[in-house]
Amino acid sequence: MTAQPQPTSSSAPSGSSERRTSVRRVVEARGLGKTFDPDGAGVTALENVDLEVSAGEFVSLIGPSGCGKSTLLRLIGDLTDATTGEVLVNGRPARQARLGREYGMVFQAPVLMDWRTVARNVELPLEVMRFPKAERERRSSRLLRLVELDDFAGKYPWQLSGGMQQRVAIARALAFDPKLLLMDEPFGALDEMTRERMNLELMRIWRETETTILFVTHSIPEAVFLSTRVVVMSPRPGRINRVIDIDLPHPRTFDTREQRRYFELVIEVREALRGIEMAVDADGGRPDERIVAEGLS
Amino acid sequence: MAAMNVGARRVANRATDLAPPAATALLVLLAWEFGLTALGVQQFLLPRPTTILASLGEEWDVLSRGVVYTGGEALLGFVVGCGAGILAAFATARWMTAREALMPIAIAANSIPIIAFAPIAGAWFGSQNPSARVAIVTLLVFFPVMVNTVRGLTFVEPASLELMRSYGATDGQVLRHVRIPNALPYVFTALRVAATLAVIGAVIGEYFGGPRFSLGVFISSEAYVFRYPNAWAAIVLACVLGILFYGAVALAEWLVIPWHRRRQQAR
Repeated sequence: MTAQPQPTSSSAPSGSSERRTSVRRVVEARGLGKTFDPDGAGVTALENVDLEVSAGEFVSLIGPSGCGKSTLLRLIGDLTDATTGEVLVNGRPARQARLGREYGMVFQAPVLMDWRTVARNVELPLEVMRFPKAERERRSSRLLRLVELDDFAGKYPWQLSGGMQQRVAIARALAFDPKLLLMDEPFGALDEMTRERMNLELMRIWRETETTILFVTHSIPEAVFLSTRVVVMSPRPGRINRVIDIDLPHPRTFDTREQRRYFELVIEVREALRGIEMAVDADGGRPDERIVAEGLS
Repeated sequence: MAAMNVGARRVANRATDLAPPAATALLVLLAWEFGLTALGVQQFLLPRPTTILASLGEEWDVLSRGVVYTGGEALLGFVVGCGAGILAAFATARWMTAREALMPIAIAANSIPIIAFAPIAGAWFGSQNPSARVAIVTLLVFFPVMVNTVRGLTFVEPASLELMRSYGATDGQVLRHVRIPNALPYVFTALRVAATLAVIGAVIGEYFGGPRFSLGVFISSEAYVFRYPNAWAAIVLACVLGILFYGAVALAEWLVIPWHRRRQQAR
């Protein structure tokens, strides 16, 4: 539980595996595959994926579109069924883990209910899980403080900016104290400035709540800044191409993005993605990221 | 203090909102009153507002009974038809087989002019029986309410359903927390349409039979003997009925889903 990410322990991309064996596994995926429409002309979204995530880790899945990163996240969350292989979340099959409310989910869109106030949106999972009213209110006010929206508890979602709405979605996902947070491009729709602020905020929340986070993104700087490990995926069929340990020290701050090591890691992830891109001719890196990396080399 | 100021401002806003349409209505009435004489339009073609008002006073004994009677038919048909429509919608949204069996029929029925059955309805129940009009109104409002409610219950953001799935929510919880709140604006849109349809259905139904004092019979019989101002007085009352029905639905909507109106204003 208290597995704080270790500051600088990386030697090689796979060198940290001994460290993780002693820690509790939150996610274990083995031989995972997903084929859409398996009877007809099947499209293989994911093939033979193995992934382990330990308690306290922040793991990002990155890759060009069509690499199955969202599918992998949805399989772990039991929002879709696997064609092959199996997923364990906290040692239980994905379906049981979902029914046992083992994880919180954040989508790219905030998916807030327009008819509920901000506070009551945060309380929605608690209502479904039949928490008593007093406890619901106690938790929603605590979580709205955590995401610094306590002044907006009585507002409606449409009265909030996009970044604020996504913070409400994060507070809602954390409302029932899940040990695992699954985030599917949660900041993909936000502008770059808001996104960087949200990244800092998410880092703070991650450290304060000690949640394990599995995070899908297609932004290299975001993945490097946030993660303890970045999982680089390749498309058609989707599979894990490389795993890169991110040994940047914690806590990560505004200055982290200006450290030499940060740029080196951005380039490392970018190179890993370029190998894939050259092979499949897909669009991966965004123009601004290219400028950052090229400006350095 | 602050709350009072807000309240006072709200009333003032309301007053400035209402001023333009009120002024327009007054202008139309004045133009109607004085323009007809100036243009030399014959009284029987279009009586002046004051003439209609006078007829309204003279025939009040009959007309007041007519409003209550016709309004009662419309109200009963509205309640039964909307209630049945909403219930049928829940059944179709809940059970896939029911949806497959009912929805195509409902959509087809929604596009046929049910008012065309009005002359036949008298034969079903007897023309003096109010059930003839109640049946027409019920049929008239049932389909739009059902079709719209089904839409509201089923046109839900897929991500909302995934979110509820991630909580391990039951079907009943999804219905309560997502589908029903999502459907309410659709339902009220349908109820507004139904409110107008109910009054139209009752009055037109009465054109084909009913007690002498009912609004529809009164309009057609007075027009038949060229007492147009009397017919107009009844038409005015039918309009008032329609506005009352619509206003009642709008008020209910404002009370039940205040967030919907405020969100639309915010856009």
